[in-house]
Amino acid sequence: MVKVDYYIILSAVLFTIGALGVLIRRNPLIIFMSIELMLNAGNLAFVAFSSMYKSFSGQIFVFFVIAVAAAEVAVGLALIVEIFKTKKNINIDEMNSLKG
Amino acid sequence: MHFSETVNSGFFFLAPWLVFAPIIGLLINLIFGKYYSEKVVGTVASLASGTAFLVSVLLAYSVSMNHGEVGYFELAPWIHIDTLQLDWTFRVDSLSATMMLVVSGVGTLIHIYAIGYMHEDVRFKHEEGRFTRFFIFLNLFIAAMMILVSGDSYMMLFVGWEGVGLCSFLLIGFWYEMDTLARPSWANSNAAKKAFITNRVGDFGFLLAGFLMFWYLGSFQFDEVFKAAPEIAHLAPWVIVAITIFMLVGVAGKSAQIPLYIWLPDAMAGPTPVSALIHAATMVTAGVYLVTRSAPLYSLVPQAQYIVAMVGAGTALFAATIAVGQYDIKKVLAYSTISQLGFMVAAVGMGAYVAGMFHLMTHAFFKALLFLSAGSVILGLERGHHAHAHHAAHDDHGKGKKKKDGHGHDGNEEHGEVFDPGDMRNMGGMRKTMPVTFWLYMIGTLALAGIFPFAGFWSKDEILLDASLHFPSVYWQLTIAAFFTAFYMGRQIWMVFFGEARTDAAKHAEESPRVMTLPLVVLAVLSVAGGGLNLPFEGFHNLTHWLGHTLGEVEGLPLNLQVAGISTVLALTAIFISWLLYGRNPLKAGQIDPLKKPLGLVFTGMENKWFVDEGYGVLIIKPFKAISQFLADVIDWRFWHDFMHDTVILGTYNWLSDIALNKYADQKGIDAFANWLGDAIHSISATLRKIQNGFVRSYALSVMLGVVLILGYLIFK
Repeated sequence: MVKVDYYIILSAVLFTIGALGVLIRRNPLIIFMSIELMLNAGNLAFVAFSSMYKSFSGQIFVFFVIAVAAAEVAVGLALIVEIFKTKKNINIDEMNSLKG
Repeated sequence: MHFSETVNSGFFFLAPWLVFAPIIGLLINLIFGKYYSEKVVGTVASLASGTAFLVSVLLAYSVSMNHGEVGYFELAPWIHIDTLQLDWTFRVDSLSATMMLVVSGVGTLIHIYAIGYMHEDVRFKHEEGRFTRFFIFLNLFIAAMMILVSGDSYMMLFVGWEGVGLCSFLLIGFWYEMDTLARPSWANSNAAKKAFITNRVGDFGFLLAGFLMFWYLGSFQFDEVFKAAPEIAHLAPWVIVAITIFMLVGVAGKSAQIPLYIWLPDAMAGPTPVSALIHAATMVTAGVYLVTRSAPLYSLVPQAQYIVAMVGAGTALFAATIAVGQYDIKKVLAYSTISQLGFMVAAVGMGAYVAGMFHLMTHAFFKALLFLSAGSVILGLERGHHAHAHHAAHDDHGKGKKKKDGHGHDGNEEHGEVFDPGDMRNMGGMRKTMPVTFWLYMIGTLALAGIFPFAGFWSKDEILLDASLHFPSVYWQLTIAAFFTAFYMGRQIWMVFFGEARTDAAKHAEESPRVMTLPLVVLAVLSVAGGGLNLPFEGFHNLTHWLGHTLGEVEGLPLNLQVAGISTVLALTAIFISWLLYGRNPLKAGQIDPLKKPLGLVFTGMENKWFVDEGYGVLIIKPFKAISQFLADVIDWRFWHDFMHDTVILGTYNWLSDIALNKYADQKGIDAFANWLGDAIHSISATLRKIQNGFVRSYALSVMLGVVLILGYLIFK
């Protein structure tokens, strides 16, 4: 039986990688992947704690997260497609229209 | 302390109605007067005064029923401060009841007379609206005079004293925007001011007497003052002397004695009923009443009594000489009033209080009669003047002459010069045109001259008799004054009623209506029979006994044939001389006074009132004006205004507001802080704005940093 600590450490490392990916990378597809990484790091932590506490609620949360992530990816990809249609590129540094 | 527990029965509870009745009358006229006709207004006012008379009669009856016991009626508490306990208490004793009867009785008759008089007066002056106002003032006067005579303390007396002064002022200045000949001018209002200011001097003396009284005797209430006085007189006699002398100053102001008499002749600017009521019969006798009321104080200090007697006698003689040289019918009577008031003051000064009060009463009767008859003469002349002017105007129109003149109906325009209906030189022969007035005037004259058996004979004789016994110098002054009195009254009669009419107005003069002559008939009866109040025979001294309840019982003096004989002979001689001068050869129109030649400069002096007004002008008014000028120009304008206000106060204020507050506190303090705040927010927001760059990545970084910080805090706290 692998100790829970390792799962958690792996989860933290994955999360950190994901977060840095979101902050550093310029390709929106890569950023999406990084977000997925972070979500799944969270899922890993959920299931790890779930097996540790012998409770199913953690696993139920994971199902929810997977469902929401799928929906989010669907919306996000649609947005990227639309942005590409109008701007002819998807460079993240040119998307600053949130500036008021 | 409190005298409200009235043990004696009677109508004393009615006492406040002496004041309430005229007040109600004046309120009715004040509020509803403008809707009423003149008759109603006059009737309301006369009824109000008549009610006061009725109450006076009931009160006098109550006093006699209680054998002279003093009736107190406490209406309301007034001033209660520490040891000063003053209540609004009416005092009804034989003295105040006498005054009430005179004031309300003569007052009511004059109210009735005034209905007729004012009806015409307001029309001659084209001011019909002022009729109501006159009766409001007249009722107010009755109310104030009643407070004066019925008050139970010097304070309450003073309230009435000031009240009648106010009414006097209001009524002298009744035709305030014209002079006595109805020309536009401030002469009448100046006369009113003169009366008021002169009285103010006297009132100041009264006030000082009141202060001293309170300080040393501890009270204003009559009984308490008189109880405390003898002890103080023993310890510090100067206090009582000072009180009585200051009081004399007040008396000199109100009762027109030397040196403050100068306002009374000018007061003739008021309508004639006012001259009769206020400036002859009632208000001016308030001073005599005051001395009589203060008899217990005066009797303690013979020095003060002597001064009072000398002032009175001096005034009596001095004013009588001036009356000889006057041409205005009312001015003669005014100086005569001053002179007669001198008789009364001399009497009360000598301690002959009963004689003084007796003369006060008879004088009220015959002087009111004379004034009102004079008013009738003046109006008769005015009527004649207008009738003649109309007549002449009609003639002119008939002949077609003077058409371009346009307004021939105005009498004044017609004659060019303003006609003076009060000037005796414009009269003459009026016994034919105004027979009723003539006989009434005759009765008044004989009473004033002191001819047997008219009222004036008895009262004047009582004063002369008292003087002859104790004060020879006063006696001689008064006797000479009596001689002059008979002379100027004779002169007046011959000039006004005998001879030929000297003007067209006098020729066409018309008799006055009944409403005016009937009250005069009543006064004439009183002037004839008034002596019966106090005949100097055994078993008759009625007034002496009556007033004895209040003033202490004194022996009534029997008739002294020598004194009475001398005064009668002198009076008859004076009338005879006046006949020689004015009756035998009646004055012609434009002729100078026949006295002028034999007397020369002396007559010029009499004519010009011995230049007393001019003397006061040089001695008092000119320095006073100079001081006022100095105070106004230098002290007020240059010092206070230019220096204190403009330089000091305004300068300090400017400096303070401009330099200290504006430049430092405001600009460098509050403004600077506000500006700094604005600048700071501006720069902070400029910095913060850079954070909002629109890149999702940097927002995500912020969120993450925030999460790290919060988690870090939660973990390491």
